[in-house]
Amino acid sequence: MTIKDSRRSKLIYTIAAWTISGMIFFPILWTLVTSFKTEAEAISASPSLFAFDWTLENYRDVLSRSPYFNHFWNSVVISLGSSLLGLLIAVPAAWSMAFVQTKKTKHLLMWMLSTKMLPPVGVLIPIYLLFRDFALLDTKLGLVIVMTVINLPIMVWMLYTYFREIPNEILEASRMDGATIGEEIFHVLLPIALPGIASTLLLNVILSWNEAFWTLILTAANAAPLTAFIASYSSPEGLFYAKLSAASAMAIVPILILGWFSQKQLVRGLSFGAVK
Amino acid sequence: MATTNSRTLARFMLLPSVILLLAWMIVPLCMTLYFSFIDYNLLVPGDKEFVGFLNYEFFLTDPAFFESFFNTLYLVTGVLLITICGGIGLAILLDQAIWGRNYVRIMVLAPFFVMPTVSALVWKNMLMNPVNGLFAHFAIWLGFEPIDFFAQMPLFSIIIIVSWQWLPFAALILLTAIQSLDREQLEAADLDGAGPFSKFFYIVLPHLSRAVTAVILIETIFLLSIFAEILVTTSGGPGYSSTNITYLIYTQSLLQFDVGGGSAGGIVAVIIANIVAIFLMRLIGKNLEG
Repeated sequence: MTIKDSRRSKLIYTIAAWTISGMIFFPILWTLVTSFKTEAEAISASPSLFAFDWTLENYRDVLSRSPYFNHFWNSVVISLGSSLLGLLIAVPAAWSMAFVQTKKTKHLLMWMLSTKMLPPVGVLIPIYLLFRDFALLDTKLGLVIVMTVINLPIMVWMLYTYFREIPNEILEASRMDGATIGEEIFHVLLPIALPGIASTLLLNVILSWNEAFWTLILTAANAAPLTAFIASYSSPEGLFYAKLSAASAMAIVPILILGWFSQKQLVRGLSFGAVK
Repeated sequence: MATTNSRTLARFMLLPSVILLLAWMIVPLCMTLYFSFIDYNLLVPGDKEFVGFLNYEFFLTDPAFFESFFNTLYLVTGVLLITICGGIGLAILLDQAIWGRNYVRIMVLAPFFVMPTVSALVWKNMLMNPVNGLFAHFAIWLGFEPIDFFAQMPLFSIIIIVSWQWLPFAALILLTAIQSLDREQLEAADLDGAGPFSKFFYIVLPHLSRAVTAVILIETIFLLSIFAEILVTTSGGPGYSSTNITYLIYTQSLLQFDVGGGSAGGIVAVIIANIVAIFLMRLIGKNLEG
């Protein structure tokens, strides 16, 4: 009797959950489907979810008629470059805060967090003018720098929470055996912390791939990553839904896949450890 | 066991991060503060006169400021309301025993990974367009007049899009929190004959309060700076009806080249964000101790 009841409630919950999550996912599904339609079908008044002539024409058009690959490459360079550079800077800082704690450590962590809360418009004009004067406007290097700095607090925080979970005794044992700090970090700490470092890297690639304030403001035709390139589809009205969908699909699918791997770390990274 | 040697080294290892963040925060912020007190327009060459608080006076008495201030307020509270209520509902639903839970989780989470410009353009064109959008087709099929979303309710349309982007985040954080709920407590409540509502209000909701606070504060930080979604959908219009403070400062600074006015606006935005940040830091600071 109770087993039957619980099966029935499971069924009801399952139907509800699939319906709601299907609605939430629908705009993405619709984009993916539309990217395989012809432009005429894309705006048809009786739209179809699967029954239409599937075509790859839009992908070919987007790739051949616009420097799509350039923008894709810009996104790759900017997000991966800034994440790797960020790791290089954040790992030593997080190591030092996690294993050589002083009274100031907590204040320093909080201060780093506070820089993340500075609204970008508070520094918009100086950054724009400095970039202009140093010829960094519309360059990949400029954006790598900006992305590194704005994501640095999240990186340090995430790494710090991972490093804190490593028992200090392991490091002390290696010190007893006469390991130098360098050896300690590279041979003892990094192998243990590798999963944490990998997920920090992953989350940062995702965040910089999708960042859409500085990319829109600091880039033009040259260094524009996909966020800025897709924005250029906002001006012409009319028959371009299928191409917009194809361009969008190529921009979001890689990150959707990465994102599904990093869902647990996402909670930790974005809540700065407030929720684990 | 930490020697003085390793302490010095530890300090050196902190330096690059500290210097970078200091340079990012202090230098530009001081420049913004300086610009906000001078008369400086990139289109008008010549003297940059000190004008005292004049830029602030202009910015704060501009009707556009009031409109964008309230738009920012509506945008932030609207999105918070939708994502928190929706997030709690989703978290409770996903916490139940259901078939295919992992697939459901993946679908719910997906919008968070879509870049803002893509989600805004997909919603604007393919769903909300009054002629060719899916909602319009659907309305006509049901026999209604299609709604011209961005002309009739520009700010509300943006609230919907942004809520869609942030609902997964709220749901995920709240689900993580709900999963740490003590099951025995719920079973005890069951034995005592508590109904689903009293269980929700007296056990689940209090347990979630910390996570809800975290979601509110973190989302607020990001929502205050919504930019791309406005740029690609309405460009702040019609008039100023969908301009938020971030977008207003952007137009003043980079479209009208009014460095002084834009900087004064920037400082105002920093002050507003600081008020939110203080609460967030308290919350996270408490967690660090505990």
